[in-house]
Amino acid sequence: MAVRAQFENSNEIGVFALLTNSYCLVAIGGSENFYSVFESELGDVVPIVHTSIAGTRIIGRLCVGNRHGLLVPATTTDQELQHLRNSLPETVAIQRIEERLSALGNVIACNDYVAICHPDIDRETEEIIADVLKVEVFRSTIAQNVLVGSYCALSNNGGLVHPRTSIQDQDELSSLLQVPLVAGTINRGSDVIGAGLLVNDWCAFAGLDTTSTELSVIESIFKLQDNGHSAYVEDMRDSLVDTYA
Amino acid sequence: MEYTPQLTTQQILCCSCGTLIPPNPTNMCVNCIRNQVDITEGIPKHATICFCRNCERYLQPPALWVPCQLESRELLALCLKKLKGLNKVRLVDAGFIWTEPHSKRIKLKLTIQKEVFASTILQQIFEVEFVVSHQQCDDCAKVMAQNTWKAMVQVRQKVDHKRTFLYLEQLIIKHSAHKDTINIKECRDGLDFYYASRSHALKMVEFLQAVTPLRSKASEQLISTDIHSGTSNYKFSYSVELIPICKDDLICLPSKIAKSLGNISPLVTCYRVGNSVHVLDPNTLATAEVSNQVYWRTPFSSLASVKGMAEYYVLDVEPCGPVKGKFVLADIQVAKTSDFGRNDITYFARSHLGGILNPGDHVLGYDIASSNFNNDAFDALHRGSLPDVILIKKSYPAHRRRNRQRNWQLRQLAKEEEEMAPRKQDQERIEQDYELFLRDLEEDPELRATVNLYKSDKAKQQPTPDVAMDDDEEEEEEEDFPEVSLDELLDNLTLDDGAQEYDSDGNEMMME
Repeated sequence: MAVRAQFENSNEIGVFALLTNSYCLVAIGGSENFYSVFESELGDVVPIVHTSIAGTRIIGRLCVGNRHGLLVPATTTDQELQHLRNSLPETVAIQRIEERLSALGNVIACNDYVAICHPDIDRETEEIIADVLKVEVFRSTIAQNVLVGSYCALSNNGGLVHPRTSIQDQDELSSLLQVPLVAGTINRGSDVIGAGLLVNDWCAFAGLDTTSTELSVIESIFKLQDNGHSAYVEDMRDSLVDTYA
Repeated sequence: MEYTPQLTTQQILCCSCGTLIPPNPTNMCVNCIRNQVDITEGIPKHATICFCRNCERYLQPPALWVPCQLESRELLALCLKKLKGLNKVRLVDAGFIWTEPHSKRIKLKLTIQKEVFASTILQQIFEVEFVVSHQQCDDCAKVMAQNTWKAMVQVRQKVDHKRTFLYLEQLIIKHSAHKDTINIKECRDGLDFYYASRSHALKMVEFLQAVTPLRSKASEQLISTDIHSGTSNYKFSYSVELIPICKDDLICLPSKIAKSLGNISPLVTCYRVGNSVHVLDPNTLATAEVSNQVYWRTPFSSLASVKGMAEYYVLDVEPCGPVKGKFVLADIQVAKTSDFGRNDITYFARSHLGGILNPGDHVLGYDIASSNFNNDAFDALHRGSLPDVILIKKSYPAHRRRNRQRNWQLRQLAKEEEEMAPRKQDQERIEQDYELFLRDLEEDPELRATVNLYKSDKAKQQPTPDVAMDDDEEEEEEEDFPEVSLDELLDNLTLDDGAQEYDSDGNEMMME
């Protein structure tokens, strides 16, 4: 299920929130409307946490996380760290990283199994990512952009990448991530996917400008349609045909 | 060896309509961009251009009227100037779409380019329709409404010939003093000039004052008045009366004036009319100048004018000695040409023409002895002391008899004739006056210098008309005949334009 949302008249909701399969972080805004959108979709499934990182609202760009953990930049205050620790489930590991590229959301993109990151990231950081998020880490670029977190959105079902990603790059990324990828846009033609789209395994939030075409691309690649049982059967049959044919 | 991967861009879905397109900065297909932004916004699709039906010209704002053909480059430029927003886009192509000539519609097909988003240039073709609305141009309005004058200059000279006006006409043309006139009307004893504004009329009066002695009187007529704003609308008339004395006239000065002019003899001839009247006593070569003010204090008329002159034959020339400029005093024995074969009466005349007359020449003069003048000042003179003949100027009858075509011509003002067509004898008189004026010009280089002469068509075709002359003519040519040389003449511009044509020769004198 994909939903459109807006944070204080901005379509870049990926900047102000972070969504994983086990928790959701939301920036502290002037009104609760933005929070309400997440509450109505996720309220009874995962905890939704109001927080700031280093006193700012751009939490989606400063931190990165998945089902297993959350990485926050070194500028995060102790108080914020304590608040997060108290609010998130016990199973989620939280780690503060001393990394020069402190906008972790921009330089790292991950799902629950694989992460791709900026080519210039520290070796130590790379190890911490692998340990805390329990993922395989690859250094890569998307359409010649090093800010991999900004230009793609990943879930365990699929991924949306920058529209200028070449077919070869996309194939390579797809084989690294082991999920299908598609090139597309968000927010009526914007190519900063990470900033406009929040996605986990069962729902997605896109900027308010996102057109129906873009939403349908998102729903199909992240397999968000409410088509229940038949889709799995179809899926299974396709893979069986692939295997045995 | 380094591996360079072959990068192929993929197709994405257009973000608004979902068609497959290669990615572009907007990530939208061309049609969707076009739907979303209209680059022709701000460019009017309809406009009006003004056209004067009478002279078939189009208005190029603010005030220029230019003649253009339909579907011409000039018209295209004029139409494009009408479109305001066109400077914000790049015009790639423009052309006409054919429309019926009488449909009063002009259609343009324009192709424009504009940058819509960052590095996205859109090209669009669209039509603009122009409605041709009729509007009378200023020039035509001036012609159509001849009675809309605001000021009038009435120039009059009360003499029985038109030579002064013919000369004035040439002066006006030379100085293009007529360029602001709405209309010029010929009437009895003079010309009327009509103007749209008072200052133009005043300028004309000042011009006339500068070139000729005259008396002017201004009068005004109230047309309407607005008591609230205190403004009134007047028509102004300037009555300009020229001194009724012309070159070569015989004058008998009132004794008072004659005394005040250095006690000059009262019987004088006028040898030049410039800003004032220049008179000459042919007996003594004494000259004097009667200024405008002096004249109008005690006006006098001429005793006899050019038409009263008789032709004489020069028998003998005896210089007396005194010389003043080109005048040489001489005793000249003449006989009347009309007396040839009837009697042997000869006259002695003391004259200023001693320098140019030779025995055998013809000369024009006034016959005092046999004339009756009806003039008080003349009657007061002592009859016995008067000369029999006063010689005025040399004539060239042999040359005239050839009746040759002149190699030059004059330009004329576009005048409106009198209501009544001239009678037949008047027509002859007018032609005679014109011929006399042309002769004056020919014989007087000084006079000639003040007007513009143009090459006639004949002169252009045949620069030396003399080669084809037949030699068996019994009378030989006068040697000193004043020929107008070709280099004095100006190339003739289109004469058809009449009053609207100005001299572009650069030898024009500016008025003060």
